[in-house]
Amino acid sequence: MKDYFAGIMAVLWKDVLSELRTKDILLSVFVFALLSLVIFSFALRTDRATVAIIAPGVLWAAFSFSGVLALNRAFATEREKGSLEGLVITPVPRDVIYFGKMLGVLLFMLAAEIMLLPVFVVLFNVALDVPRLLLIIFLATLGFASVGTVFSAIAVNTRSREIMLPVLFLPVVVPVIISAVEASARVMTGDPWDSLTVWLQVLVAFDVIFVVVSSLVFEYVLEE
Amino acid sequence: MTQDSLPGRTTLLSRVFLALAFIGILVSLALIFLWVPDERQQGAVYRIFFFHVPAGLLSFAAFAVVFVASIAYLWKNNRAWDMVAHSAAELGVVFATLSLTTGSIWARPIWGVWWTWDPRLTTMLILWLIYVGYLMLRAYGADDTRVSRFASVVGIIGFVDVPIVFFSIHWWRTQHPQPVLAPGGNFGLTPEMTVTFLIALAALAFLSAHLLLERLALRRMSADVKEIRQALSAEEGA
Amino acid sequence: MADSGPSAVEARRLSKDFDGHRALRGVDLRVLEGESLAIFGPNGSGKTTLIKILATLVRPTSGSVSVAGFSLPQDALDVRRRIGVVTHQNYLYDELTCYENLTFYGRMYRVQGLPDRIRAVIAQVGLEARLNDRVRTLSNGMQRRLAIARAVLHNPSVLLLDEPEVGLDEQAVNLLEDLLSRLNDGRRTVIMTTHNLERGLRMSDRVAVLVNGRIAYQETRAALDMARLRGIYAQLAGARV
Repeated sequence: MKDYFAGIMAVLWKDVLSELRTKDILLSVFVFALLSLVIFSFALRTDRATVAIIAPGVLWAAFSFSGVLALNRAFATEREKGSLEGLVITPVPRDVIYFGKMLGVLLFMLAAEIMLLPVFVVLFNVALDVPRLLLIIFLATLGFASVGTVFSAIAVNTRSREIMLPVLFLPVVVPVIISAVEASARVMTGDPWDSLTVWLQVLVAFDVIFVVVSSLVFEYVLEE
Repeated sequence: MTQDSLPGRTTLLSRVFLALAFIGILVSLALIFLWVPDERQQGAVYRIFFFHVPAGLLSFAAFAVVFVASIAYLWKNNRAWDMVAHSAAELGVVFATLSLTTGSIWARPIWGVWWTWDPRLTTMLILWLIYVGYLMLRAYGADDTRVSRFASVVGIIGFVDVPIVFFSIHWWRTQHPQPVLAPGGNFGLTPEMTVTFLIALAALAFLSAHLLLERLALRRMSADVKEIRQALSAEEGA
Repeated sequence: MADSGPSAVEARRLSKDFDGHRALRGVDLRVLEGESLAIFGPNGSGKTTLIKILATLVRPTSGSVSVAGFSLPQDALDVRRRIGVVTHQNYLYDELTCYENLTFYGRMYRVQGLPDRIRAVIAQVGLEARLNDRVRTLSNGMQRRLAIARAVLHNPSVLLLDEPEVGLDEQAVNLLEDLLSRLNDGRRTVIMTTHNLERGLRMSDRVAVLVNGRIAYQETRAALDMARLRGIYAQLAGARV
């Protein structure tokens, strides 16, 4: 058991170290999400009445698209240097590799999303109940990372990988997006906790189901 | 079941299914236009339901086949299962397309809109997107020997997602009420309608079975040709 | 070298079929512990596929294969602990230093006393001076040597090399050959595929020629019929061009 976690930590440490050196994922996610927010501000009417209605949707649209970007980068380095094979030959169970990569992607996406929140508050003039919103962001991003890691590993091995990832990923995470938007909307209008529970339950259910399913199928993506 | 057990030609069974489908569809059309009464609220327009709902059900059944065949392929590593999964996915997308277009055609005269965010219809849309993605993966990864495994993974994840998609859209809809586009909701089935529905369902089911068998036969023939080609070019080189 | 003793690698009627293309057609191979084997063969002969199967990267379609006493594909995990693999791709992370790369793999392989072990292998491959430099800054030759360090870090009993000289200039290749002959100490089993007949012969106890997915010729160096080997090889080289 100790070995198992040590393996996951080793993969995670390696990804975090690489990312800190290049800031590749963090920058692309942050800048792209920022651009999305700005474009949405122009594209949608943002007078005081409507901004409260569209703000949660805009936030999650920005997070969803920039999430695709982050996932695209998740296996990019491995692909370029063939290091994915290097991971495959290590004497660790395949789900160790899955969890290591997934936690890395989760961390980077969360970091970029949290950096983006102040920008969102400024551009859209919303008041935030930060702890509750952070919970929603965590659960939804975990959902993204859970299936995203599998799809990223698949897409990176395909022609037209830039289009394959969003095509596979976005329809599957529709429940996550719906739930995140609904829950965030209630947080932003200060609704009581009860109104959020059904959406949080969907998020938790999605996370649990797909972390388990993804960790089981991941080995088939690694094999040849 | 191995690849070699798949027939590489049209079988008698397949022809029987086609004949049953042909008769069934003719009979259904006759019943739909000549026998069943108008619906109380929707008038004559509702008749499209007799093909709309079976198309949706069969598409869902096809994706269930993809799910099972994908698991079987990953477990047994037998290309026959992979061919079944691929063929069922194609069939599923065809019927999903039919379901979506008939749904849209149905919504227009009743509600005045081309689309309602009805949970069943919207879930079908998401399913359509997921399995179109599956087919795109097959197309883009065709040169890669791993694509069968990748597609199987997508087939499994996609199907597991279906109930979650359905419920999330269902609850979302209760927050933002939209027109309901389904039987049992605001219209009851008379006995004539039930009989016609079952006949139409059976007819389309036979059609699906026939199409699946034919598609499998084509795949088998394709694979054989490819193998022969490779054997020939290997001999030339040696 | 006696033709008896424990096997490091045993393959019987090993075949691999890639969606219709038969890369390996019934390979029979036996490599004893401590032996070094050089596998020659033209492009497309199945050399890389064979090494990849031994490296647990590819599953065989039929036949049996065992490495370091464990069967594949069932005991892949046990095999992975005992093999080191070097291919054209170095399995290195550009943005990390040599030290960090080796630390990562050391952790994945559960190597004990990692810092000392890293210093030992780095010295073996002659890269002490570059230990804290990012891999991106290393030349191809140096990266290949680091890859070898990575491969022997966990002291594997079997070392698999797939054309390790590819992509390197003359000087780097000589350094590499030097390094490999030092690693070829009789305790470790080394299996190497190569294009270069002379070099392969210099460094091996046993040779095999792979043609069209089958072993066309296999012999220990002592019993080697050079004329016959050169003949087969020239014939292949000629036919393939």
